Amino acid sequence: MTRLTKVLPLLVTLLACAFLFVPIVMSVLAGLTVNYFRGLSSGLTLRWVGEVWTLYSGSIFLSIQLALACLVVTLILGVPAAYALARRPGRASRILEEFISLPLAIPGLALALALLQLYGSYQGFRMSWTFILVGHVLYTLPFMVRSVLAVLAAIDLQTLEEGAATLGAGPAQRFFDIVVPNAMPGILAGALTVVTLSIGEFNLTWMLHTPHLKTLPVGLADAYASMRLEVASAYTLVFFVMIVPLLMAMQWASARAQRITE
Amino acid sequence: MTRDTFTLLCLLPLAIFTLAFLAIPIARLVLASGEGVDGWAIYLKILQTPRYLSTLVQTVLVSLATTAAALIISTTAGLYLVRNRFRGRSIILSILTLPLAFPGVVVGFMIILLGGRQGLFNQMLPGHWVFAYSVTGLFLGYLYFSIPRVLLTVMAAAEKIDPSLEEAARTLGAPPWRIMLDVLLPALAPALIAAGAIAFATAMGAFGTAFTLATDIDVLPMVIYTEFTLSANIAMASALSVVLGLVTWVMLLIARSLSGTTVAAGG
Repeated sequence: MTRLTKVLPLLVTLLACAFLFVPIVMSVLAGLTVNYFRGLSSGLTLRWVGEVWTLYSGSIFLSIQLALACLVVTLILGVPAAYALARRPGRASRILEEFISLPLAIPGLALALALLQLYGSYQGFRMSWTFILVGHVLYTLPFMVRSVLAVLAAIDLQTLEEGAATLGAGPAQRFFDIVVPNAMPGILAGALTVVTLSIGEFNLTWMLHTPHLKTLPVGLADAYASMRLEVASAYTLVFFVMIVPLLMAMQWASARAQRITE
Repeated sequence: MTRDTFTLLCLLPLAIFTLAFLAIPIARLVLASGEGVDGWAIYLKILQTPRYLSTLVQTVLVSLATTAAALIISTTAGLYLVRNRFRGRSIILSILTLPLAFPGVVVGFMIILLGGRQGLFNQMLPGHWVFAYSVTGLFLGYLYFSIPRVLLTVMAAAEKIDPSLEEAARTLGAPPWRIMLDVLLPALAPALIAAGAIAFATAMGAFGTAFTLATDIDVLPMVIYTEFTLSANIAMASALSVVLGLVTWVMLLIARSLSGTTVAAGG
Protein backbone atom coordinates (compact mmCIF):
# COMPACT_ATOMS: atom_id res chain seq x y z
CA MET A 1 0.00 0.00 0.00
CA THR A 2 2.71 2.49 0.99
CA ARG A 3 4.84 1.47 -1.95
CA LEU A 4 1.92 1.82 -4.31
CA THR A 5 1.10 5.34 -3.11
CA LYS A 6 4.74 6.28 -3.63
CA VAL A 7 5.25 4.67 -7.04
CA LEU A 8 1.90 5.42 -8.66
CA PRO A 9 2.21 9.24 -8.71
CA LEU A 10 5.70 9.00 -10.20
CA LEU A 11 4.39 6.62 -12.83
CA VAL A 12 1.53 8.97 -13.75
CA THR A 13 3.97 11.90 -13.96
CA LEU A 14 6.35 10.00 -16.22
CA LEU A 15 3.52 8.72 -18.43
CA ALA A 16 2.16 12.26 -18.84
CA CYS A 17 5.68 13.40 -19.74
CA ALA A 18 5.99 10.65 -22.33
CA PHE A 19 2.57 11.49 -23.79
CA LEU A 20 3.57 15.13 -24.27
CA PHE A 21 7.20 14.66 -25.24
CA VAL A 22 7.33 11.54 -27.45
CA PRO A 23 5.39 13.11 -30.36
CA ILE A 24 7.60 16.22 -30.15
CA VAL A 25 10.71 14.06 -30.49
CA MET A 26 9.06 12.09 -33.29
CA SER A 27 8.25 15.21 -35.25
CA VAL A 28 11.80 16.55 -34.83
CA LEU A 29 13.24 13.22 -36.03
CA ALA A 30 10.74 12.87 -38.87
CA GLY A 31 11.67 16.33 -40.10
CA LEU A 32 15.34 15.33 -40.26
CA THR A 33 15.21 11.77 -41.65
CA VAL A 34 15.47 10.92 -45.34
CA ASN A 35 12.49 8.57 -45.26
CA TYR A 36 10.37 8.44 -42.12
CA PHE A 37 8.69 5.20 -43.10
CA ARG A 38 12.03 3.39 -43.39
CA GLY A 39 13.21 4.96 -40.16
CA LEU A 40 16.43 6.59 -39.00
CA SER A 41 18.55 4.03 -40.86
CA SER A 42 17.68 5.84 -44.10
CA GLY A 43 19.92 8.66 -42.86
CA LEU A 44 19.64 12.24 -41.68
CA THR A 45 19.04 15.17 -43.99
CA LEU A 46 18.28 18.89 -44.01
CA ARG A 47 16.50 18.49 -47.33
CA TRP A 48 13.01 18.79 -45.82
CA VAL A 49 13.91 21.90 -43.83
CA GLY A 50 15.21 23.38 -47.08
CA GLU A 51 11.98 22.48 -48.83
CA VAL A 52 10.00 24.14 -46.04
CA TRP A 53 12.09 27.26 -46.52
CA THR A 54 11.37 27.48 -50.26
CA LEU A 55 7.69 26.68 -49.81
CA TYR A 56 6.82 28.57 -46.65
CA SER A 57 9.43 31.22 -45.85
CA GLY A 58 6.83 33.84 -46.79
CA SER A 59 4.49 32.60 -44.06
CA ILE A 60 7.31 32.68 -41.51
CA PHE A 61 8.15 36.29 -42.34
CA LEU A 62 4.48 37.29 -42.33
CA SER A 63 4.11 35.81 -38.84
CA ILE A 64 7.16 37.71 -37.58
CA GLN A 65 5.88 40.92 -39.16
CA LEU A 66 2.43 40.39 -37.60
CA ALA A 67 3.88 39.61 -34.17
CA LEU A 68 6.03 42.76 -34.16
CA ALA A 69 3.19 44.97 -35.41
CA CYS A 70 0.92 43.38 -32.82
CA LEU A 71 3.49 44.18 -30.15
CA VAL A 72 3.68 47.85 -31.20
CA VAL A 73 -0.12 48.22 -31.23
CA THR A 74 -0.65 46.46 -27.88
CA LEU A 75 2.07 48.66 -26.34
CA ILE A 76 0.42 51.85 -27.61
CA LEU A 77 -3.10 50.77 -26.64
CA GLY A 78 -2.31 48.72 -23.56
CA VAL A 79 0.34 50.50 -21.47
CA PRO A 80 -1.43 53.90 -21.17
CA ALA A 81 -4.73 52.13 -20.59
CA ALA A 82 -3.24 50.00 -17.80
CA TYR A 83 -1.92 53.21 -16.23
CA ALA A 84 -5.37 54.81 -16.40
CA LEU A 85 -6.97 51.71 -14.88
CA ALA A 86 -4.37 51.68 -12.08
CA ARG A 87 -4.94 55.39 -11.36
CA ARG A 88 -8.68 55.07 -11.06
CA PRO A 89 -9.45 51.68 -9.58
CA GLY A 90 -13.17 51.14 -9.19
CA ARG A 91 -16.22 49.52 -10.63
CA ALA A 92 -16.00 51.12 -14.08
CA SER A 93 -12.34 50.11 -14.43
CA ARG A 94 -13.11 46.54 -13.41
CA ILE A 95 -15.91 46.27 -15.94
CA LEU A 96 -13.69 47.67 -18.70
CA GLU A 97 -10.92 45.21 -17.77
CA GLU A 98 -13.43 42.34 -17.85
CA PHE A 99 -14.75 43.50 -21.20
CA ILE A 100 -11.40 43.69 -22.95
CA SER A 101 -10.65 40.22 -21.51
CA LEU A 102 -13.61 38.71 -23.39
CA PRO A 103 -11.38 37.44 -26.23
CA LEU A 104 -9.72 35.13 -23.69
CA ALA A 105 -13.06 33.49 -23.00
CA ILE A 106 -14.84 33.60 -26.35
CA PRO A 107 -13.39 31.11 -28.87
CA GLY A 108 -11.42 32.71 -31.70
CA LEU A 109 -13.77 31.20 -34.25
CA ALA A 110 -16.73 33.16 -32.84
CA LEU A 111 -14.74 36.40 -32.69
CA ALA A 112 -13.58 35.92 -36.27
CA LEU A 113 -17.17 35.39 -37.42
CA ALA A 114 -18.16 38.62 -35.68
CA LEU A 115 -15.33 40.57 -37.35
CA LEU A 116 -16.07 39.02 -40.76
CA GLN A 117 -19.73 39.93 -40.65
CA LEU A 118 -19.06 43.54 -39.73
CA TYR A 119 -16.01 44.26 -41.90
CA GLY A 120 -16.07 41.47 -44.50
CA SER A 121 -17.57 43.72 -47.18
CA TYR A 122 -14.83 46.35 -46.92
CA GLN A 123 -12.61 44.59 -49.49
CA GLY A 124 -9.57 46.84 -49.05
CA PHE A 125 -9.46 46.11 -45.33
CA ARG A 126 -10.62 42.49 -45.60
CA MET A 127 -7.84 41.56 -48.04
CA SER A 128 -5.02 43.34 -46.21
CA TRP A 129 -2.75 41.96 -43.51
CA THR A 130 -4.08 44.58 -41.07
CA PHE A 131 -7.33 42.59 -40.86
CA ILE A 132 -5.40 39.66 -39.37
CA LEU A 133 -3.52 42.15 -37.19
CA VAL A 134 -6.82 43.34 -35.67
CA GLY A 135 -7.61 39.75 -34.68
CA HIS A 136 -4.19 39.26 -33.10
CA VAL A 137 -4.38 42.55 -31.18
CA LEU A 138 -7.85 41.64 -29.93
CA TYR A 139 -6.56 38.31 -28.60
CA THR A 140 -3.28 39.53 -27.06
CA LEU A 141 -4.29 42.95 -25.70
CA PRO A 142 -5.75 41.63 -22.41
CA PHE A 143 -2.41 39.95 -21.62
CA MET A 144 -0.52 43.23 -22.04
CA VAL A 145 -3.03 45.27 -20.01
CA ARG A 146 -3.21 42.77 -17.15
CA SER A 147 0.53 42.21 -16.99
CA VAL A 148 1.25 45.96 -16.75
CA LEU A 149 -1.71 46.60 -14.44
CA ALA A 150 -0.57 43.92 -11.99
CA VAL A 151 2.83 45.59 -11.60
CA LEU A 152 1.40 49.12 -11.39
CA ALA A 153 -1.13 48.06 -8.77
CA ALA A 154 1.68 46.70 -6.58
CA ILE A 155 3.81 49.86 -6.45
CA ASP A 156 2.95 53.12 -4.69
CA LEU A 157 2.22 55.07 -7.84
CA GLN A 158 0.53 57.93 -5.99
CA THR A 159 3.56 58.86 -3.86
CA LEU A 160 5.97 58.58 -6.78
CA GLU A 161 3.81 60.77 -8.97
CA GLU A 162 3.17 63.35 -6.26
CA GLY A 163 6.89 63.64 -5.70
CA ALA A 164 7.46 64.22 -9.40
CA ALA A 165 4.58 66.70 -9.55
CA THR A 166 6.03 68.83 -6.74
CA LEU A 167 9.22 68.98 -8.76
CA GLY A 168 7.17 70.39 -11.64
CA ALA A 169 6.69 67.38 -13.91
CA GLY A 170 3.50 67.46 -16.01
CA PRO A 171 1.24 64.41 -16.52
CA ALA A 172 2.89 63.29 -19.77
CA GLN A 173 6.41 63.65 -18.37
CA ARG A 174 5.39 61.72 -15.25
CA PHE A 175 3.99 58.95 -17.45
CA PHE A 176 7.19 58.52 -19.44
CA ASP A 177 9.70 59.17 -16.63
CA ILE A 178 7.98 57.55 -13.66
CA VAL A 179 5.27 55.15 -14.79
CA VAL A 180 6.93 53.44 -17.76
CA PRO A 181 10.27 52.67 -16.03
CA ASN A 182 8.48 51.34 -12.96
CA ALA A 183 6.14 49.21 -15.04
CA MET A 184 9.01 47.78 -17.12
CA PRO A 185 8.96 44.21 -15.70
CA GLY A 186 5.23 44.03 -16.48
CA ILE A 187 5.72 45.53 -19.93
CA LEU A 188 8.48 43.01 -20.71
CA ALA A 189 6.40 40.04 -19.54
CA GLY A 190 3.40 41.35 -21.48
CA ALA A 191 5.48 41.95 -24.61
CA LEU A 192 6.92 38.41 -24.65
CA THR A 193 3.45 36.96 -24.08
CA VAL A 194 2.03 39.02 -26.94
CA VAL A 195 4.75 37.93 -29.40
CA THR A 196 4.55 34.24 -28.37
CA LEU A 197 0.76 34.12 -28.66
CA SER A 198 0.68 36.06 -31.92
CA ILE A 199 3.14 33.71 -33.63
CA GLY A 200 1.11 30.66 -32.54
CA GLU A 201 -2.39 32.06 -33.16
CA PHE A 202 -4.49 29.86 -35.45
CA ASN A 203 -8.22 29.91 -34.64
CA LEU A 204 -8.83 33.57 -35.49
CA THR A 205 -6.22 33.72 -38.23
CA TRP A 206 -7.62 30.75 -40.14
CA MET A 207 -10.93 32.58 -40.61
CA LEU A 208 -9.41 36.01 -41.29
CA HIS A 209 -6.60 35.05 -43.68
CA THR A 210 -6.73 35.22 -47.47
CA PRO A 211 -4.99 32.80 -49.87
CA HIS A 212 -2.16 35.32 -50.31
CA LEU A 213 -1.69 35.94 -46.61
CA LYS A 214 -0.74 32.75 -44.82
CA THR A 215 0.81 32.93 -41.36
CA LEU A 216 3.04 30.22 -39.92
CA PRO A 217 0.26 28.24 -38.18
CA VAL A 218 -1.99 28.59 -41.25
CA GLY A 219 0.87 27.23 -43.35
CA LEU A 220 1.24 24.39 -40.84
CA ALA A 221 -2.42 23.41 -41.27
CA ASP A 222 -1.84 23.54 -45.01
CA ALA A 223 1.25 21.30 -44.76
CA TYR A 224 -0.50 18.79 -42.46
CA ALA A 225 -3.30 18.43 -44.98
CA SER A 226 -1.34 18.24 -48.21
CA MET A 227 2.39 17.60 -47.72
CA ARG A 228 4.31 14.42 -47.01
CA LEU A 229 4.94 13.68 -43.35
CA GLU A 230 8.63 14.66 -43.51
CA VAL A 231 7.87 18.17 -44.81
CA ALA A 232 5.06 18.68 -42.29
CA SER A 233 7.44 17.57 -39.53
CA ALA A 234 10.27 19.79 -40.72
CA TYR A 235 7.89 22.75 -40.76
CA THR A 236 6.78 21.90 -37.21
CA LEU A 237 10.46 21.74 -36.26
CA VAL A 238 10.95 25.28 -37.59
CA PHE A 239 7.97 26.38 -35.52
CA PHE A 240 9.39 24.74 -32.37
CA VAL A 241 12.74 26.45 -32.90
CA MET A 242 10.93 29.79 -32.97
CA ILE A 243 8.36 29.27 -30.21
CA VAL A 244 10.26 27.35 -27.51
CA PRO A 245 12.86 30.08 -26.74
CA LEU A 246 10.03 32.64 -26.74
CA LEU A 247 8.00 30.52 -24.34
CA MET A 248 10.96 30.13 -21.99
CA ALA A 249 11.71 33.87 -22.07
CA MET A 250 8.03 34.55 -21.43
CA GLN A 251 7.94 32.25 -18.40
CA TRP A 252 11.12 33.82 -17.04
CA ALA A 253 9.78 37.37 -17.47
CA SER A 254 6.37 36.49 -15.99
CA ALA A 255 7.97 34.92 -12.91
CA ARG A 256 10.15 38.01 -12.51
CA ALA A 257 7.14 40.36 -12.79
CA GLN A 258 5.18 38.22 -10.37
CA ARG A 259 7.85 38.57 -7.69
CA ILE A 260 7.15 42.33 -7.68
CA THR A 261 3.42 41.90 -7.25
CA GLU A 262 3.74 39.51 -4.32
CA MET B 1 -3.86 69.61 -18.97
CA THR B 2 -5.25 68.31 -15.70
CA ARG B 3 -4.53 64.86 -14.39
CA ASP B 4 -8.04 63.60 -15.06
CA THR B 5 -7.97 64.70 -18.69
CA PHE B 6 -4.63 62.94 -19.13
CA THR B 7 -5.98 59.73 -17.55
CA LEU B 8 -8.96 59.76 -19.88
CA LEU B 9 -6.68 60.43 -22.82
CA CYS B 10 -4.69 57.34 -21.86
CA LEU B 11 -7.82 55.22 -22.06
CA LEU B 12 -9.05 56.67 -25.34
CA PRO B 13 -7.09 54.56 -27.89
CA LEU B 14 -8.04 51.32 -26.13
CA ALA B 15 -11.67 52.40 -25.84
CA ILE B 16 -11.92 53.20 -29.55
CA PHE B 17 -10.27 49.92 -30.56
CA THR B 18 -12.45 47.87 -28.21
CA LEU B 19 -15.62 49.58 -29.41
CA ALA B 20 -14.82 49.16 -33.10
CA PHE B 21 -13.40 45.64 -33.06
CA LEU B 22 -15.00 43.96 -30.05
CA ALA B 23 -18.24 45.58 -28.87
CA ILE B 24 -19.84 46.38 -32.22
CA PRO B 25 -18.77 43.11 -33.92
CA ILE B 26 -20.20 41.06 -31.03
CA ALA B 27 -23.45 43.03 -31.18
CA ARG B 28 -23.52 42.40 -34.95
CA LEU B 29 -22.98 38.66 -34.38
CA VAL B 30 -25.86 38.47 -31.91
CA LEU B 31 -28.14 40.39 -34.27
CA ALA B 32 -27.10 38.24 -37.24
CA SER B 33 -28.17 35.11 -35.38
CA GLY B 34 -31.75 36.43 -35.38
CA GLU B 35 -31.78 37.52 -39.02
CA GLY B 36 -32.37 34.09 -40.58
CA VAL B 37 -35.70 32.67 -41.73
CA ASP B 38 -36.42 31.41 -38.21
CA GLY B 39 -35.82 34.73 -36.48
CA TRP B 40 -34.94 34.41 -32.81
CA ALA B 41 -36.58 30.97 -32.74
CA ILE B 42 -33.27 29.78 -34.18
CA TYR B 43 -32.07 29.16 -30.62
CA LEU B 44 -35.02 26.82 -30.16
CA LYS B 45 -34.17 25.18 -33.47
CA ILE B 46 -30.72 24.25 -32.16
CA LEU B 47 -32.42 22.15 -29.49
CA GLN B 48 -34.98 20.70 -31.91
CA THR B 49 -32.65 19.72 -34.75
CA PRO B 50 -31.09 16.31 -33.95
CA ARG B 51 -27.80 17.14 -35.69
CA TYR B 52 -27.17 20.31 -33.68
CA LEU B 53 -28.40 18.79 -30.46
CA SER B 54 -26.20 15.72 -30.79
CA THR B 55 -23.27 17.99 -31.66
CA LEU B 56 -23.88 20.00 -28.53
CA VAL B 57 -24.13 16.86 -26.38
CA GLN B 58 -21.05 15.30 -27.98
CA THR B 59 -18.97 18.48 -27.49
CA VAL B 60 -20.00 18.70 -23.83
CA LEU B 61 -19.25 14.99 -23.26
CA VAL B 62 -15.77 15.10 -24.86
CA SER B 63 -14.99 18.29 -22.92
CA LEU B 64 -16.15 16.73 -19.65
CA ALA B 65 -14.07 13.61 -20.26
CA THR B 66 -11.04 15.78 -21.04
CA THR B 67 -11.59 17.83 -17.90
CA ALA B 68 -11.86 14.76 -15.68
CA ALA B 69 -8.79 13.08 -17.16
CA ALA B 70 -6.70 16.28 -17.07
CA LEU B 71 -7.67 16.91 -13.44
CA ILE B 72 -6.73 13.38 -12.34
CA ILE B 73 -3.42 13.30 -14.23
CA SER B 74 -2.33 16.86 -13.47
CA THR B 75 -3.29 16.75 -9.79
CA THR B 76 -1.35 13.52 -9.31
CA ALA B 77 1.68 14.84 -11.17
CA GLY B 78 1.41 18.33 -9.67
CA LEU B 79 1.28 17.09 -6.07
CA TYR B 80 4.16 14.73 -6.73
CA LEU B 81 6.32 17.50 -8.21
CA VAL B 82 5.52 19.95 -5.39
CA ARG B 83 6.43 17.45 -2.66
CA ASN B 84 9.45 15.77 -4.13
CA ARG B 85 12.79 17.27 -5.08
CA PHE B 86 14.88 15.00 -7.25
CA ARG B 87 17.31 15.17 -10.13
CA GLY B 88 15.55 15.76 -13.42
CA ARG B 89 12.59 17.40 -11.73
CA SER B 90 13.06 20.69 -13.55
CA ILE B 91 13.36 18.87 -16.88
CA ILE B 92 10.08 17.03 -16.20
CA LEU B 93 8.47 20.33 -15.28
CA SER B 94 9.68 22.00 -18.49
CA ILE B 95 8.36 19.11 -20.60
CA LEU B 96 4.98 19.25 -18.89
CA THR B 97 4.59 22.98 -19.57
CA LEU B 98 6.11 23.01 -23.07
CA PRO B 99 2.80 22.59 -24.97
CA LEU B 100 1.41 25.83 -23.45
CA ALA B 101 2.38 27.78 -26.54
CA PHE B 102 1.38 25.16 -29.13
CA PRO B 103 -1.54 26.10 -31.35
CA GLY B 104 -4.33 23.55 -31.78
CA VAL B 105 -3.12 22.55 -35.25
CA VAL B 106 0.26 21.48 -33.89
CA VAL B 107 -1.43 19.52 -31.08
CA GLY B 108 -3.52 17.78 -33.74
CA PHE B 109 -0.33 16.83 -35.60
CA MET B 110 1.21 15.46 -32.39
CA ILE B 111 -1.79 13.12 -32.06
CA ILE B 112 -1.45 12.08 -35.71
CA LEU B 113 2.20 11.17 -35.02
CA LEU B 114 1.02 8.96 -32.15
CA GLY B 115 -2.16 7.47 -33.54
CA GLY B 116 -2.29 8.24 -37.25
CA ARG B 117 -1.84 5.85 -40.16
CA GLN B 118 1.95 6.29 -40.02
CA GLY B 119 1.79 6.81 -36.26
CA LEU B 120 3.90 5.31 -33.49
CA PHE B 121 1.25 2.87 -32.25
CA ASN B 122 0.39 1.56 -35.70
CA GLN B 123 4.08 0.93 -36.42
CA MET B 124 5.04 -0.62 -33.11
CA LEU B 125 2.03 -2.81 -32.36
CA PRO B 126 0.65 -5.66 -34.42
CA GLY B 127 -2.76 -5.04 -35.95
CA HIS B 128 -4.56 -1.84 -36.82
CA TRP B 129 -3.91 0.96 -34.29
CA VAL B 130 -5.26 4.13 -35.89
CA PHE B 131 -7.20 6.29 -33.45
CA ALA B 132 -6.13 9.85 -34.34
CA TYR B 133 -9.09 10.56 -36.60
CA SER B 134 -11.77 9.45 -34.14
CA VAL B 135 -13.31 10.83 -31.00
CA THR B 136 -10.44 9.17 -29.10
CA GLY B 137 -7.96 11.26 -31.06
CA LEU B 138 -9.92 14.39 -30.31
CA PHE B 139 -10.01 13.50 -26.62
CA LEU B 140 -6.24 12.90 -26.57
CA GLY B 141 -5.62 16.17 -28.39
CA TYR B 142 -7.69 18.13 -25.89
CA LEU B 143 -5.94 16.29 -23.07
CA TYR B 144 -2.56 17.23 -24.59
CA PHE B 145 -3.16 20.95 -24.22
CA SER B 146 -5.16 20.71 -20.98
CA ILE B 147 -2.50 18.89 -18.91
CA PRO B 148 -0.05 21.87 -18.78
CA ARG B 149 -2.78 24.42 -18.01
CA VAL B 150 -4.29 22.37 -15.17
CA LEU B 151 -0.86 21.42 -13.85
CA LEU B 152 0.26 25.05 -13.42
CA THR B 153 -2.92 26.01 -11.54
CA VAL B 154 -2.75 22.95 -9.27
CA MET B 155 0.95 23.41 -8.49
CA ALA B 156 0.49 27.09 -7.63
CA ALA B 157 -2.24 26.14 -5.15
CA ALA B 158 -0.40 23.10 -3.75
CA GLU B 159 2.67 25.17 -2.94
CA LYS B 160 0.54 27.32 -0.63
CA ILE B 161 -0.80 24.40 1.45
CA ASP B 162 0.57 24.46 4.99
CA PRO B 163 2.68 21.26 5.37
CA SER B 164 1.97 21.17 9.13
CA LEU B 165 -1.67 20.26 8.39
CA GLU B 166 -0.54 17.10 6.71
CA GLU B 167 1.97 16.35 9.45
CA ALA B 168 -0.73 16.72 12.07
CA ALA B 169 -2.96 14.29 10.20
CA ARG B 170 -0.09 11.82 9.93
CA THR B 171 0.80 11.97 13.64
CA LEU B 172 -2.87 11.38 14.41
CA GLY B 173 -2.52 8.15 12.44
CA ALA B 174 -4.37 8.99 9.23
CA PRO B 175 -3.51 6.69 6.31
CA PRO B 176 -2.33 8.38 3.06
CA TRP B 177 -5.73 8.11 1.35
CA ARG B 178 -7.43 9.83 4.31
CA ILE B 179 -4.86 12.64 4.19
CA MET B 180 -5.57 13.02 0.48
CA LEU B 181 -9.33 13.02 0.97
CA ASP B 182 -9.60 15.10 4.16
CA VAL B 183 -6.63 17.47 3.96
CA LEU B 184 -5.25 17.89 0.44
CA LEU B 185 -8.34 17.79 -1.76
CA PRO B 186 -10.36 20.28 0.34
CA ALA B 187 -7.40 22.67 0.33
CA LEU B 188 -7.04 22.29 -3.43
CA ALA B 189 -10.77 22.45 -4.20
CA PRO B 190 -10.96 26.08 -5.46
CA ALA B 191 -7.92 25.56 -7.70
CA LEU B 192 -9.33 22.28 -9.02
CA ILE B 193 -12.68 23.85 -9.90
CA ALA B 194 -10.93 26.78 -11.56
CA ALA B 195 -8.54 24.55 -13.51
CA GLY B 196 -11.42 22.28 -14.48
CA ALA B 197 -13.46 25.21 -15.77
CA ILE B 198 -10.49 26.40 -17.84
CA ALA B 199 -9.92 22.92 -19.28
CA PHE B 200 -13.62 22.54 -20.07
CA ALA B 201 -13.91 25.95 -21.76
CA THR B 202 -10.74 25.40 -23.80
CA ALA B 203 -11.94 21.99 -24.99
CA MET B 204 -15.39 23.36 -25.90
CA GLY B 205 -13.91 26.03 -28.14
CA ALA B 206 -10.94 24.14 -29.56
CA PHE B 207 -11.01 24.47 -33.33
CA GLY B 208 -7.47 23.90 -34.57
CA THR B 209 -7.14 20.38 -33.14
CA ALA B 210 -10.45 19.19 -34.57
CA PHE B 211 -9.58 20.87 -37.86
CA THR B 212 -6.23 19.07 -38.20
CA LEU B 213 -7.59 15.68 -37.23
CA ALA B 214 -10.24 16.31 -39.92
CA THR B 215 -12.61 14.04 -38.13
CA ASP B 216 -16.15 13.30 -39.21
CA ILE B 217 -17.11 13.76 -35.59
CA ASP B 218 -19.34 16.76 -35.12
CA VAL B 219 -18.05 19.06 -32.43
CA LEU B 220 -19.37 22.58 -32.04
CA PRO B 221 -16.46 24.57 -33.53
CA MET B 222 -16.31 22.30 -36.59
CA VAL B 223 -20.08 22.57 -37.15
CA ILE B 224 -19.91 26.37 -36.85
CA TYR B 225 -17.09 26.36 -39.38
CA THR B 226 -18.93 24.20 -41.90
CA GLU B 227 -22.22 26.07 -41.45
CA PHE B 228 -20.40 29.30 -42.21
CA THR B 229 -18.08 28.28 -45.04
CA LEU B 230 -19.85 25.38 -46.78
CA SER B 231 -23.55 25.90 -46.13
CA ALA B 232 -23.33 29.72 -45.90
CA ASN B 233 -25.90 29.43 -43.12
CA ILE B 234 -24.80 32.66 -41.47
CA ALA B 235 -27.66 32.85 -38.98
CA MET B 236 -27.06 29.32 -37.63
CA ALA B 237 -23.27 29.79 -37.52
CA SER B 238 -23.83 33.00 -35.56
CA ALA B 239 -26.37 31.45 -33.18
CA LEU B 240 -24.08 28.48 -32.45
CA SER B 241 -21.17 30.90 -31.91
CA VAL B 242 -23.24 32.90 -29.43
CA VAL B 243 -24.14 29.71 -27.52
CA LEU B 244 -20.52 28.54 -27.54
CA GLY B 245 -19.24 31.95 -26.47
CA LEU B 246 -21.73 32.18 -23.62
CA VAL B 247 -20.81 28.72 -22.29
CA THR B 248 -17.06 29.32 -22.37
CA TRP B 249 -17.42 32.83 -20.93
CA VAL B 250 -19.48 31.61 -17.96
CA MET B 251 -16.98 28.81 -17.32
CA LEU B 252 -14.04 31.19 -17.26
CA LEU B 253 -15.95 33.61 -15.06
CA ILE B 254 -16.28 30.78 -12.54
CA ALA B 255 -12.57 30.05 -12.86
CA ARG B 256 -11.62 33.68 -12.33
CA SER B 257 -13.83 34.18 -9.31
CA LEU B 258 -12.30 31.12 -7.66
CA SER B 259 -8.61 31.48 -8.39
CA GLY B 260 -8.09 34.86 -10.00
CA THR B 261 -6.16 33.38 -12.90
CA THR B 262 -7.06 32.49 -16.42
CA VAL B 263 -4.53 30.69 -18.51
CA ALA B 264 -4.96 31.54 -22.16
CA ALA B 265 -7.65 29.64 -23.95
CA GLY B 266 -6.68 28.31 -27.36
CA GLY B 267 -6.29 25.01 -29.08
